[in-house]
Formats: sequence, C-alpha cells, structure tokens
Amino acid sequence: MSDNEKTTPDHAPAAPGQPAGAAPEAAGTGADAPRPALTDDEKAAKIAAAKAKAEAAKAAKAAAPEEPKPPWEAKPVTPEHQDASADPDVAALAAAVDGAVLAADSFAGDVTVTIPADRIVEICRALKGDRGFTFLVDLTAIDWLDREQGRFDVVYWMHRFDDSKRIRLVAALREESSIASVTGVWRTANWLEREVYDMFGIHFEGHPALERILTWEGFNGHPLRKDFPVEGIDTGAAIYPDVYPPGGGPVRPDELESGEPKAEGKGD
Amino acid sequence: MTDQRPPSLFDVEEMEVSFGPQHPATHGVLRVQLKLDGERIVDAKPIIGYLHRGTEKLFETMAFPQCIPHTDRMDYVTSATNNQGFCVAMEKLLGITIPPRAAYIRMMLAELQRLASHLVWLATHAIDLGAITPFFYTFRERDAILDLFESYCGARLTLNTMKIGGAPFELPDGWVERCSALVDAFPGHIDEYEELLTNNRIWKRRTIGVGVVSPEDAIDWGLTGPPLRGSGVRWDIRRVFPYDRYDEIEFEIPIGANGDTYDRYLVRIAEMRQSVRILRQCLDRLPEGPVMAKIPKVLRARDGMAYGSVEAPKGELGYFIVTTDKATEPYRCRVRPPSFVNLQMLPEMVRGHLVADLVAVIGTLDIVLGEIDR
Repeated sequence: MSDNEKTTPDHAPAAPGQPAGAAPEAAGTGADAPRPALTDDEKAAKIAAAKAKAEAAKAAKAAAPEEPKPPWEAKPVTPEHQDASADPDVAALAAAVDGAVLAADSFAGDVTVTIPADRIVEICRALKGDRGFTFLVDLTAIDWLDREQGRFDVVYWMHRFDDSKRIRLVAALREESSIASVTGVWRTANWLEREVYDMFGIHFEGHPALERILTWEGFNGHPLRKDFPVEGIDTGAAIYPDVYPPGGGPVRPDELESGEPKAEGKGD
Repeated sequence: MTDQRPPSLFDVEEMEVSFGPQHPATHGVLRVQLKLDGERIVDAKPIIGYLHRGTEKLFETMAFPQCIPHTDRMDYVTSATNNQGFCVAMEKLLGITIPPRAAYIRMMLAELQRLASHLVWLATHAIDLGAITPFFYTFRERDAILDLFESYCGARLTLNTMKIGGAPFELPDGWVERCSALVDAFPGHIDEYEELLTNNRIWKRRTIGVGVVSPEDAIDWGLTGPPLRGSGVRWDIRRVFPYDRYDEIEFEIPIGANGDTYDRYLVRIAEMRQSVRILRQCLDRLPEGPVMAKIPKVLRARDGMAYGSVEAPKGELGYFIVTTDKATEPYRCRVRPPSFVNLQMLPEMVRGHLVADLVAVIGTLDIVLGEIDR
C-alpha cells in the first residue's frame, strides 16, 4: 500500500484558471501573458516588482500564524538546567538537615541535589523517614578524574511511592577519602555499593561485606576509572605498579599480603 | 555402651556445596555457594561476574547510536526492551519527541518481547521443577514471535531494532496481519499453559509458600517487576512514568497476594494476557506517519545527566547517562539492571528451604546473567 503511494505522481490538482505548477501567490499577476520585447526600464520595473512581491510574500509568511510543526519534525528541544531549591523535598531536606543542600538543579525533569559526602547517612535517613523515599532505585558513581572538588561523584537515585517522585543525590568525594555506607538505610545498597567499590575503588565505611562483585578478589585496578585502559589489561600486566606487585596479573589475596607474586601466577 | 564412634563424614553438621556455575538450573553462569545442613539451606551466597564484559566501559568510547547494539547483549532474551530503555533515556537527555507511529511500533515490539521473555521464563522454570511439557508449547509460540522480529529487522535474538528518535524501519507488508493473527490466537495458548500448570498438584506443592517475600521486604531490597508485584505492590513503570505512548493504552497491573513463587507465576501469566491486550490496542490504533523524528545526523548532548527507565520483563531497566558539553558519546552510562538487584535477595528467600526450592527461587526471580554481569 505504501508502495502505491510513493509511485503516484506527486502533483496537486491545479486550480481552475491557474497554470499548473504556478505558486498560489503568483495567481492573477499575468505571468502567462504574451511576452513582447522589453526595454531596460521595463525590465528594471519588472525586477523591482518581482522583488517587492517576493518580499511581500515573505512578510506575509512571517506574519501569518505558522502552522505548528509536530514536535518530531521540529528541532529537538535540549533541556535546560534550572534551579530546583524551591522543590518541596529539597526545601524540606534543607530545613531538616542543616547544610545538607549545597546545590539543587533540575534537568530533563530530574531533580539533582548536591550534598556533602560526610553527612550522607543522616541525609538519607531524613529523606527515607520524613519524606517517604523508601525505595533506592540505583546507586552508582562517576569518575571526573582531575576535578577540583574531588575525583568521584557518588550518585543516589531514590523513589517515593505515594506520588511517584524521584530525587537524585550527588556527593563529591576525594580519591583518598571514603564515604559511609547506606546499607543501614536501604538494604538494596549492599550489592550496589559493592559494585561501585569494585568498579571505582570507592570505600564504603560500615558496609557489612565490602568485596569485589563482578571481578575477582585481587584483580588489578578498578575498571570504570577513567585511567583504566578500555582495551583491558593483560593478566600479566600490573597497571598500578606502585600499588600492586609487578608482573602479578590477577593477584591472589594471599599474595597481596606477602607482597611477593608467585612466578607461576604470570600470564601465559 | 556409650557412643564411641570416630567422627565420620556424615556427622559434619554444615557442608559447603557450590551450586553452579555450570549447572543447568542456574540459567547461565550463576554460582551459589551453599551452606547446607543436610538438605536444608543454612546460607547461600551468589557469586557473579563470570560474564562480565565491561559494557558500561565500552559505552564511554562509542557515539550514542553505536551503543544500541551493545544493549542487546545484556539481557539477551529481551533485547528490544533494552534498546527501548537506552533510546528513552537518550531522548530525554536530548529533548527528542518521537512520532506516534514510531512509538506504537516500539510498544508492539516491546510487548512481543515481553511475551517471548515470559515464555522462556515459563519453559525453563517448569523444566527446573520437573515439568518438561510446557517447554514444547511455549517455544512453539516464541518461535512465531521471533519470526515476526525476523521479518521486521532481520534478527531473531539480538535485534538492534530501535533508534534514538524512533524506529529504524517501516513495518513490512503483511506484518500487521501476521501479528494480528498471533495476538488473536495467543489467549488460547496461554490457556494451554495454564491447563498444564495452574491447578497441577505437583506444581502447587513445589511453588506455594516457597520464597515468600513481604511487600516491605520487597521494597527494602529494591525488587522491581514481577517479583515486586507478586508481593502485592501495584507498581509498573509503564503506568507511573509512561514512555512512548503507554499513557494512551489501557491495561491492568496484575498483583499477587502472598508473595510466593506461585503468585509470581500467576502474575507473569496475567501479565502475558495484559501484553496481548496492549498489542491488540496498538494494532487497532496504529497511526500513520513517519517512523523517525527529524534529528541531527550527529547527536550532540549538552552537559547534564538523565535517567530513563522502562518496564522490562524482569523489572525496572534504567539507563543513567552523564554527558559533557557538546559530547557525542556518553561520559558515563550506568545501566540499572533489574536482574542484578532482584538476585540480591536470593539468600533471604532460600534460607531454611530445601535445595530443591533454591532451583524454584532462581527460576521465579527470572534472572539473566548477561544483564547481571554486563
């Protein structure tokens, strides 16, 4: 059926008394009159008239209420960053925990609150207890490598069932420091924090069993850090030679303690 | 005479057994380290990561549209839904509105994929519990669904069938009619499966009261999808954060009452009936028009972060995308995998049960290791 539509010649039925193909604006201007030889003046006048007409058409087009394009044919509307400190939950959090809200931003419909990392448990308890955010959807991290206020962002994304509201917390963290675990607030956080530890090397204090989860115990490095090579590491290569013994590849925990890799541990 | 026997192998009170990673009932490469007291499970510890491919790291090196084929490889039995999740998140980040026809095509593909995924779940779950017959019935219908996918996009498993801004192709000739015939016949097929299982005494003995989850626990452990709804929480992303055109579609969210394995089975069966209902509405209302929005050739994002999620057959599948200014690839793309979060509750659910119940609980969680390990 669609094939038929495409093969049909695409000419609109011409209005009576109007040459086919002429633009509607040109109707009645005598464009199809016989053409005698024109003097230069006449030519200039004609050009001027045509120009005036084109401009008039342009103006008319601009003035006429343009038919609104459906949004999928218009240019995408890039979302804007907006201040979200007026959001009721952000305001309540700022009132409940002093100094909890460093910044609040709304982008693409998501509210993001920047918080101090050292008060994360207090803030999460306030949000869960007083504001009803009983569901932790996701917990992850971002590595900004050389950022001034700390290398990592730990991101918490939580949900409230009553009105399906979601809010995101972002805590900036320095590479050498650690952040408190929120496993006591939501039990979901257990594996999510383990994954962040595994992938980024961020330590969560008070986590019941902070072990690697996707890679193995003794793996060299943390894969989602920006300085970890995308192509991966050779099992024989130590990419953090100052931290891990050279040539150690996947280092077993007992080797880590002794600090001496076993010769047969080298990749083949 | 007092008991003077030397301690034997059978006197040991707790025994450690490794279940998997090469066990047919673990649905992939899941390993569960079990502490057993006889046949009873004292503790279980899932060990995952055997299928880790670093997908999130790979996303950081690829232009936005290039990421979509890689989403297929995460939950490989529901690749259309994975594509949809990524596209929904990207469209939110870039401010793209997709044309209605594209949205309807996407919804149809996603619901077909949900049916296919639930059929795989039902087949493997039933085989794990000793009922091999449903497998032959469910895979018959799954094959018909995969045929529909094949005629739409050429692939059967890793579909790569959605684009940022719409759907990649117009529906081929006769597709709507074929899909319509399948949708009409499907309720009868679901009846067949139910006839085999729902009132089956063995099935009930194996599933009722196994792996009970209270609604409070389900929320605290972050369960989503059928495991959450089986516990009686009426929550579905398609309803609370409608994407594509789900706000125009009528459907119900089935929930369970007791939160056990049998209820989750009933919820998924009811969900299949709702999927059929959604498909029927999509086919009847399928609007005309383009299937792609007008988007720039090179997609550039501004600095920001956006989270978009869809109701995958396993639960809430979310993509959290962070971009820098004028970037053509994600700075960070986090996938919130439903199976990963759902599997976390396994030890809670099996503690005190028998080893055979562990198989039932793994089946009822409906996990796919490709998505857990990414």
